[in-house]
Amino acid sequence: MPTNPDNPARTEFLAGVRAELPLLLGVVPFGLIFGVLGLAAGLPAWAVVLSSSLVFGGSSQVVFAQLWGAATPGPVIVATVGVVNLRHALYSAAVAEYLRALPWRWKLLLAYLLTDEAFAAAIGRLRDGPTTAQRHWFLFGTGFTLWAGWQLATLGGVLLGAAIPAGWSLDFSIALTFIALLVLGVHRRSEAGAALVAAVVALLAQGLPHKSGLLLAAGVGVAAGLLFRHGEGDSA
Amino acid sequence: MSPGYLLLVMAACGLLTFLIRLSFIAGGRWLSAGPGFSAALRYVPPAVLGALIAPEIFPGGLASDLGAGSPRLWAALVALAVAWLTRNVLATIAAGMLALWGVQGWLA
Repeated sequence: MPTNPDNPARTEFLAGVRAELPLLLGVVPFGLIFGVLGLAAGLPAWAVVLSSSLVFGGSSQVVFAQLWGAATPGPVIVATVGVVNLRHALYSAAVAEYLRALPWRWKLLLAYLLTDEAFAAAIGRLRDGPTTAQRHWFLFGTGFTLWAGWQLATLGGVLLGAAIPAGWSLDFSIALTFIALLVLGVHRRSEAGAALVAAVVALLAQGLPHKSGLLLAAGVGVAAGLLFRHGEGDSA
Repeated sequence: MSPGYLLLVMAACGLLTFLIRLSFIAGGRWLSAGPGFSAALRYVPPAVLGALIAPEIFPGGLASDLGAGSPRLWAALVALAVAWLTRNVLATIAAGMLALWGVQGWLA
């Protein structure tokens, strides 16, 4: 792709777009899946499409669809989505020092676009690349590319999902998505232990009012993971 | 529930997510992530996912569905194995759904 040395902002932006494109291979199928299972969970099509720009966080949107379909009270849904997206605070901490000098409109825009894949593709450039006044354009390039790909994939999934007949038990694909995300994300025994403890607590706490057992189970699971971590003899 | 309420809950989810992403970017120097915070965050995704998956597989709680005749349990076990072997989300969903339909058809 041609780059213009006289326009460093454009060069950084296009480099960010190029860095993000390979990651879309994983993001687009996930967006299609979300579009299909959002409908299967009982969300109207407009809500499935709108959640991709309002929330813009794949796993948390799947969680939102599942909880809404199960008639979970609004405050519990919001709290759970917040817990699922809490890891983004780490990304915020990691990029903050590179964005400190920017005006507020840039900080707000880049915060909105700060998702797993956009962060993963940009942090190397921010940390190890040359310190220029235009480097935030790289993060904008990764974030914008991911955003556009995610919107189109969700829309495609909704069109696809509308063509799938009911009665296929397709709502179970949400649990299957969670299983895949869990297995792919677990790298240590203490993480598997956290998931197992949370699963047992969630089953024991199923009778609690307002589905509050979900947050209780997640909290106990995190505490158990921290305990198991000491057993691993690794404080990383 | 009404479309207005759905929109309200979704907007609240979006606002909270945005504020989490903005936190340190807006906070300047005085906000800094401690090692304990990072360590605890590592366990949030597996804990939340574990808590979400279990009730989907055992809708009636621990005691009721432990029998070998639960299609969802078999499908979940197949999905677990396929996720472990292929590390692929699409393959996991496809295998799990095929297993679910297979066991449902076999029991029917």
